[in-house]
Formats: sequence, C-alpha cells, structure tokens
Amino acid sequence: MVQQELDNMAKEHKRPDGRKNAEMRKMSAKVGVIPNADGSAMFSFGDTVAIAAVYGPRQLHPQHMQNPATGILRVNYDLLSFSVSDRKKPGHSRRSQEISKVTEQALLPVLDLKEFKNTVVDVQIYILQADSGTRTAGINAASMALADAGIPMRDLVCSVAVGKQDKELIVDLTKEEEDFEEGEGATDFAVAKVANSDEYTLLQLDGKIQPEVVKEVLKLANDSCKEIYEFQKKTLKESIEK
Amino acid sequence: MKKITEQAHEAEEEYSGETPKKRKVVIPGEVIVSGEDFLPGDGARRVGNDVVAVRFGLAEEAGRMIKVIPITGAFVPRRNNVVIGRVTDITFHGWLIDIDSAAAGFLPVEESPRFINKSEMDQFLDIGDVVAAKVWSVKAKGIDLAMRGKGLGKLEGGFIFRVIPNRVPRIIGREGSMINLIKEKTGCDITVGQNGWIWIGGDLDAGIKARRSIEFIAEKVYVDGLTEKMEEWFSKN
Repeated sequence: MVQQELDNMAKEHKRPDGRKNAEMRKMSAKVGVIPNADGSAMFSFGDTVAIAAVYGPRQLHPQHMQNPATGILRVNYDLLSFSVSDRKKPGHSRRSQEISKVTEQALLPVLDLKEFKNTVVDVQIYILQADSGTRTAGINAASMALADAGIPMRDLVCSVAVGKQDKELIVDLTKEEEDFEEGEGATDFAVAKVANSDEYTLLQLDGKIQPEVVKEVLKLANDSCKEIYEFQKKTLKESIEK
Repeated sequence: MKKITEQAHEAEEEYSGETPKKRKVVIPGEVIVSGEDFLPGDGARRVGNDVVAVRFGLAEEAGRMIKVIPITGAFVPRRNNVVIGRVTDITFHGWLIDIDSAAAGFLPVEESPRFINKSEMDQFLDIGDVVAAKVWSVKAKGIDLAMRGKGLGKLEGGFIFRVIPNRVPRIIGREGSMINLIKEKTGCDITVGQNGWIWIGGDLDAGIKARRSIEFIAEKVYVDGLTEKMEEWFSKN
C-alpha cells in the first residue's frame, strides 16, 4: 500500500517542471493589447505567448474572393523571428500556412458572419515566444480577440494540447516534453473545442497513439478546456469592469 | 454651425428609450437568463430554455426583452447615421469618402448646397477634406451619403479624432445630455459621428480639454450616472 503510494508520487512528479499529468502551465491573458485593431488579445501558456488582432469586418480584396452570401474569415498565423532560439526567417512558410488554415477552420464554426456580406474579418496571430502549444495559445487568443471585436459568435473556442510520454498522458506539453524520445516516444495531440458543447473544431495528431487512448485524451482535453474557458471569461469581463 | 449634433441624437435613442434595469457584462455563449418569459433581442438568441448572448457587451433587461449592447468593435453603418469622413477620391459623379466602415461612402455631386461645375469639384471638396454627412442608404455595393441637413457639410478648422464607435451613444448621452454638458463647459463646437470620429472646433486649448473629457467617457463604459461623474471631472480639471 505504502509502496503503491510512493510509486504514484514518483509518477506524478515525472514532468521536468514538476507539474501533475493533468496540470496545465500557468495561463495569463489580456484583452485590448493592440489599440489600432478592432479587437485584440494576448494569451500565454507558461513561456508560450501569442497575440491576436482582429480587423474588420472590412472590404475584401481581391474582389473575386468576396462572397455575396456571407462574410469570410481570414487567419494569418506566424512566428516572429525572435520567438524561437534559432532565428526564424520572417514570412510565410509551409508550417505557418497550415496552421493558419487549421486555425481558421477551428474558429469559423462559432462565428456568424452572415450580416457582413462581401466582407472579410482578418485575424492576425503572432507568436512572441514559442515553447510548444503555439497553435493552441493562438486559437485561445484569437477567440478572445474576436469576442473583443464584437463579432457575433455562438460561443468561445478553447484549445489545449494533450500529449503522451511513453505511456503516460500529459496535458499542455513544453518543448522539452515534446522532444522526449524514450519508450514509445512523444505524442502531441492538439484539440480545440467549442466551450459549451461537445463539438471539436480541431484535432491534430503528431506521433503514435492507441485508438483506445483517444477517448481518454478527449476527456483530459475537456477538463482543461473548461479551465481555459473560465479563464477567458474572467479576462474578458475584467477588461470592462475595471 | 452651432447645434451641430442634433441629428446624431436620433440614432442614439434606441439605446435610451426605457430606463435600463440592470446591466452586466456578458461574453458570447453565456446564458443571460433562463425561462420562457423572456424574449431575445439584439445580440441575443434563444437556446432551449435559455437566452444566450451572441456578442460581447452589456446585457440589458428592458421588460421581457433581453438585449446585448456591444461596447467594442467596428462600425456597421445604418440609415440616418451621422458620420464624419474624409474625402479619398473625386469621381465624375461625386466624392468617395472614407467613413471607417467596411465599404466606402459615396457622396453624389447633387448633394452640394450650390451648383458645381463638374470640372471644379475639387474647389468645393478636395481630397483630404473632412465632411459631416448622413447615411442615405446601405447597399451591398456601397454606402450612399447625403449632406443636406442641419449641421452637415464640410468641416473647416478644428481637429478630428477617433473613439470606439459603439461607445458613441454614451458620449452623446440621453437626449444629448452628455455632449451638451461638454459643449457648455468648454465652449467648443463638437460634431460626433456614429462611426466614432469626432470633430472639435473652436479654441484649441478648450478643444483639447473637450477631447480629454470625451476620451474619459469612452473609457468608462461600466459606470452608472456618468453625467454626474462628468460634472465632477470638470470641477477637478
């Protein structure tokens, strides 16, 4: 019995920063960080810092992209050159294009842009500091920035990454944990979820995972998303009630 | 150009019809009230038994109607809004005016108060000039403006600045109480556009004070009895 408890304790504290398996890094957030944007927000998980700015609805160019039935959403995600230890060459890359696209798809289901025909809502996400989980931090920031921009939304979107270190499921990986190579190696499973319903708008898997374990991953993600949602809610409200 | 904001007050009345009961900050997807007795108004919708916010803003109960007043975000033009804009281009039929919304505003040449020779349109309004105009119609392909009416026309002298458009009703106040207070205390000419652009004319020092007071109001969205607070502000500054 005592031995088992000791084993559990050893298990609990396996992570390099001493977190429990289901514990996220410390979150911080702020709304209205960019005065020139129609809405903006900063969101961070530990050392990962993302800022998002929303512009619009505004006129869409090129004109052939305009949709007379509804407004469209355009997301641009990028790492700033100083956000990683090896300077990142500024500008588009295959990776940033992919993440822009999946972020767009993660956010679009909650937006209602039917009022804003022929227009575009631009979301710019920049990573100031990267320590894994940048797309999830970006989605959380963008979701708050869209709300701050007064865009009609069904709900907020919350996002978190769940990972697997050998056989152990852990929440919100850091770069160090992502580079784990022993046993089955590291798995990174990014999840985005509509806060008050069971819809998932982003599922990205990098690594190996058993199909039976996916259910558990989603359960962990749900619990974490609840925490993130409460935090987003608190931050948005505090931006007004100061 | 004295009673210049008179038109701007019309659009504001939709916010100040009944005495608001209680206001609280809500975020999209948040349940405002539960029960079949309530009706969702602007910025709210019904989900099952609940009335849920669609926008970020202040939820207000007016009788059975629940609505959410937005406090941030871009300007969405409506008919009869008084706006302040800047001339960006001169075409054969009129002027193109940037009014800080998704589509540009178009001011037809017929709207000028006197006859204008089409080759001399820039003598009346040149690129970069600032005008106060009214939204005549909002169509898919653009916004038509009108300039006939009291207080509308080219704005000369003074300066313009911008606040968050959804906070303009607060700056004007109930039936113009707030803006009249500022005008009275500073002695400036002030035109408030629904697009958040504000023009202040008159003495420059007084104008700067007026601007500071307006920016103070725009920041304090979650405060009741703002007119009294402003009286206090003016006695201190």
